[in-house]
Amino acid sequence: MSGCDKSNCGCVNTNPTDLLSSSRRNFLGGAAAVATLTLAPGITITAFGGSAKASGHHARWGLLVDVNKCKKDCNACVTACSTEHGWEDTGHPLTDAQWIRKVTLKDKKSGFEQSLPVMCQHCAEPPCVDVCPTAASFRRDDGIVLVDKHLCIGCRYCIMACPYQARSFIHEPLMDQKEYSPRGKGTVESCNLCVHRVDVGGTPACVEACSATGNGAMLFGNLNDPDSEISKRIAEYPSTQIRADLGLDPGVRYENL
Amino acid sequence: MKFGLKIFALFLAVFGGGLIVLPGQMANAEGQGFNGSSVLAGVLPDIPKGKGDSCIAPTDFMRRNHMNLLSHDRDETVHFGNRQVKASLKECVTCHAVNGIDNTPITVEDPKHFCRACHDYVAVKIDCFECHASRPGETLKSSRDKALKENEALAAYAKGADE
Ligand code: SF4
Ligand code: SF4
Repeated sequence: MSGCDKSNCGCVNTNPTDLLSSSRRNFLGGAAAVATLTLAPGITITAFGGSAKASGHHARWGLLVDVNKCKKDCNACVTACSTEHGWEDTGHPLTDAQWIRKVTLKDKKSGFEQSLPVMCQHCAEPPCVDVCPTAASFRRDDGIVLVDKHLCIGCRYCIMACPYQARSFIHEPLMDQKEYSPRGKGTVESCNLCVHRVDVGGTPACVEACSATGNGAMLFGNLNDPDSEISKRIAEYPSTQIRADLGLDPGVRYENL
Repeated sequence: MKFGLKIFALFLAVFGGGLIVLPGQMANAEGQGFNGSSVLAGVLPDIPKGKGDSCIAPTDFMRRNHMNLLSHDRDETVHFGNRQVKASLKECVTCHAVNGIDNTPITVEDPKHFCRACHDYVAVKIDCFECHASRPGETLKSSRDKALKENEALAAYAKGADE
């Protein structure tokens, strides 16, 4: 019996007599399949990626934050993320995981203050992926940057490489994680753009919470689809990426910053 | 003598599946675990029965290949976003949830956990649950809520004692 019924998967089989060698080959075959998919966009990822398929474009998921609409005293996005994924503030700021935080910017001359949420910026050229020695840190075809914790050895090189300080390391053993958001000691994690929701056509928890407060400062969508709301807004109004000068092309953009 | 029997049973459990059919193993085919054999009761692991009629593949196949199915499909999900895979750890812990004394599913910390029943016996460490939840999500939520309520009650009590 084969464990796989996909023609483009590239895996060999799950024959019990061939355990170790076949799992190694599966892995290599999987890598070959990635290349094929990149050459022929729109095959696998878009098939699971909700609206991207309908629009006929290879998706690149992104966020747009309107800083003018983001209220200084509001923390709804951070709370929603923490509840969704099970990370929390245990009073140890040096070691607690933090996927998203509110950052306050103050203009020293005028005293003008702005508050904005900052999470993994889902770079198109992610340094965290470049430095990872095990390819655990990777960028999905649809632009979401993730850590494959099965491969992560916890070296934390990616934490140092990320210019946005978006990544955290888990120091303590965990129990009763969220079933859709596995997290564990010895691995690195960061905002995964609520990939479990996005894969079934949903919206990230922070965006949902933000609109529930009525502030509506966050917008999620497909940056590669010129007809998506997010692309139209970006085309019509000025927006910027944090530290755009680094040339990492983040998928998270900010208006009125 | 008992030790010798245990080694023999271990040998059978690991290598003997396709070669020799024991009464206990015939019972396996019906998904009953090793418990069917009276001779080996207490020697072989006590494997709790899962929900439903059958697993995604016959029991003897699953015994030998569950890890391969899981690692194949995990790459499908993590790297390609396929959420409709056949072998999912979430499904494993849901169908094979074992209730504890409080009538809610136990975690892998309890030796009676489905996965542990076998893994302890063959001395193979399970890494899955260092990151994945080892019991179904709904219970998790209710037990979390319960714990939170208890904490609140405790905090209120402590505060009351303070004043
Ligand atoms: S923001 Fe940091 S963690 Fe996220 S993709 Fe860019 S470099 Fe990687
Ligand atoms: S900590 Fe993990 S994800 Fe980060 S660079 Fe090291 S192996 Fe890669």
